[in-house]
Amino acid sequence: MTKAPHLLKGSMTYDTAMETGPDRALRHGDGSSSGNRMVEGPAGRKPRKALSRRNILIYGTLIVVCLYYLLPLYVMIVTSLKGMPEIRLGNIFAPPVEVTFQPWVKAWAEACTGLNCDGLSRGFFNSVKILIPSVILSIAIASVNGYALANWRFKGSETFFAILIVGAFIPYQVMIYPIVIMLREIGLYGSLTGLVIVHTIFGMPILTLLFRNYFASVPQELFKAARVDGAGFWAIYFQIMVPMSLPIFVVAMILQVTGIWNDFLFGVIYTKPDLYPMTVQLNNIVNSTQGVKEYNVNMAATILTGLVPLTIYFISGKLFVRGIAAGAVKG
Amino acid sequence: MEPSISIKNLSLSFGSLDVLKDLNLDVGQGEFLVLLGSSGCGKSTLLNCIAGLLDVTGGQIFIGGRNVTWAEPSQRGIGMVFQSYALYPQMTVAGNLSFGLKNAGLPKAEIEERVNRAAKVLQIEPLLSRKPAALSGGQRQRAAIGRALVRDANVFLFDEPLSNLDAKLRADLRVEIKQLHQKLSNTMIYVTHDQIEAMTLADRIAIMRGGQILQLASPNEIYNRPASKYVAEFIGSPTMNFFEGDLEETGGTYRFTTGGKTFSLDGYAFQDGPPAAGAAWFGIRPEHMVSGAEAEASPVRFDGHVELVEPLGSDTLVRFTIGDRTLWVRMDGQATVRHGDAISVGFDPARANLFDKTTESRL
Repeated sequence: MTKAPHLLKGSMTYDTAMETGPDRALRHGDGSSSGNRMVEGPAGRKPRKALSRRNILIYGTLIVVCLYYLLPLYVMIVTSLKGMPEIRLGNIFAPPVEVTFQPWVKAWAEACTGLNCDGLSRGFFNSVKILIPSVILSIAIASVNGYALANWRFKGSETFFAILIVGAFIPYQVMIYPIVIMLREIGLYGSLTGLVIVHTIFGMPILTLLFRNYFASVPQELFKAARVDGAGFWAIYFQIMVPMSLPIFVVAMILQVTGIWNDFLFGVIYTKPDLYPMTVQLNNIVNSTQGVKEYNVNMAATILTGLVPLTIYFISGKLFVRGIAAGAVKG
Repeated sequence: MEPSISIKNLSLSFGSLDVLKDLNLDVGQGEFLVLLGSSGCGKSTLLNCIAGLLDVTGGQIFIGGRNVTWAEPSQRGIGMVFQSYALYPQMTVAGNLSFGLKNAGLPKAEIEERVNRAAKVLQIEPLLSRKPAALSGGQRQRAAIGRALVRDANVFLFDEPLSNLDAKLRADLRVEIKQLHQKLSNTMIYVTHDQIEAMTLADRIAIMRGGQILQLASPNEIYNRPASKYVAEFIGSPTMNFFEGDLEETGGTYRFTTGGKTFSLDGYAFQDGPPAAGAAWFGIRPEHMVSGAEAEASPVRFDGHVELVEPLGSDTLVRFTIGDRTLWVRMDGQATVRHGDAISVGFDPARANLFDKTTESRL
């Protein structure tokens, strides 16, 4: 609808006289000059207004949404840099008068949860110890699952896949207690290994679906060519499929890292206080009922906990886009 | 001589769907066989069975005298070229060519030698260090052929290798494939739906339909003496003109009556001796019809009106109507005919094709 005015303006008046003027050929809208060959009227690139109704709507919405999401972050950062006396004044939007990093230090190394008084650092390292094996294990198993389901149709593979997908829709809560019993029986209850196994299993349905669909979109002929070339199950997986699938591995990694890092339920159920992941420990710091509520420490602790998924998004977001772009070139 | 590939009573079904039905086929050593048919006729399925990429439901496959019915694709002594090239995108052309040889555990020196030899034959030596993404369509397909070449296989399988290329490249590569066959003289099986590729490349063409081979013969035979009406319609563009009518016999001479017109079939060579009279199809190719002065001299003549003209440069295709019937005739490229012109066409019944009305097989 923004197009109509421009189109009509120039073309209403035609000037049939041919003038020779090399630099006039590209101009239009000026009644006296007509081009070398071109008739007067719209020519060349279509002019676009910078301040059109469409742009105002789009950028206006974007700005409002940005503010909506950035404001809480701003309050958190500002509060975490203030001392308690300043916070008690109540101006939550005001920037800190006296910047202090003490709340950050306390959140990381000194805050007490139960008997431990070494802050979030313990939880951080627990979370890392949970995260790395869980992510590697779940992606490794799920990618092989997806590859087998997509390319090596075996008897009952469709049924197997259907069961796996149904598994994705069963609420976790139903399985909590049975898993507690199972872990206890094999002697892994309350250990990090047990939690890693739980995370790996619960990541399986969605990751397998992800990988299966991706591998299914890889041209079937590539797989056939590799078979003619004498490559077996693992050779095709490692030498053909995996090198082609960087984008989907990055997607799976983002999903798993954020999912496992942010997990609270499994962490609190399947481990014990010494091994609590960062999220559980954050909760224990923020919700401690004794003493004064130290808002600045709570804010710092929360930001610290959210830092890992945030970093992952920033780093792999770029890689992710690049991976997709590289994969888009038809090979 | 023992056939290079022998297929005995092959059948393949997906559930209740029979894709190949009790199919028998022998391909001679060094023969270029083209499997031709419209989509869904089972030609690619047959090729995949020969390659071992599909497990057969029944029957046997022999390659070089060896029963390979249960063998893995890599153990069958075949090289295969695919429609989408199927080059491994993350490997260079050299990597693509040597992948199969590495899997076979060949010594490094021999791999290099074979890759270089194949690259030389296909003139892709300057491309060896490039990735497939940096190649044009024709170069990619050449690299894909190279991957089949390095295997030193006795049998090459092509699955519509030229279908993804533009018309010019397709013609060029078609010539190259033919030259390659003349140079290497391996057995080649080539699947296509393009009749020009089939006619130009094949020693023999197998026309397939519904999982069965309708006719297996030389291109010349398929074109001039199609075994059934389906084959006659499938081969040739524009398609053969058909007249529906009756075949009559009086004292050893045959006559054909169609649309109130009767003409003698003198000179027509019947397939299996003199047939019984009855309803039949009379088919004549557009290029076997003549017009103008030549038509006057033809044994059979029709008058009609030009409905459509398609100038191709070398030829001019003319669609014309006689009564309510539409026919095609191929005329000289210099012919000047226009829509609405009166036209007189004639043909010699000796060049025609007669098919039984009910069985549609050649008379």
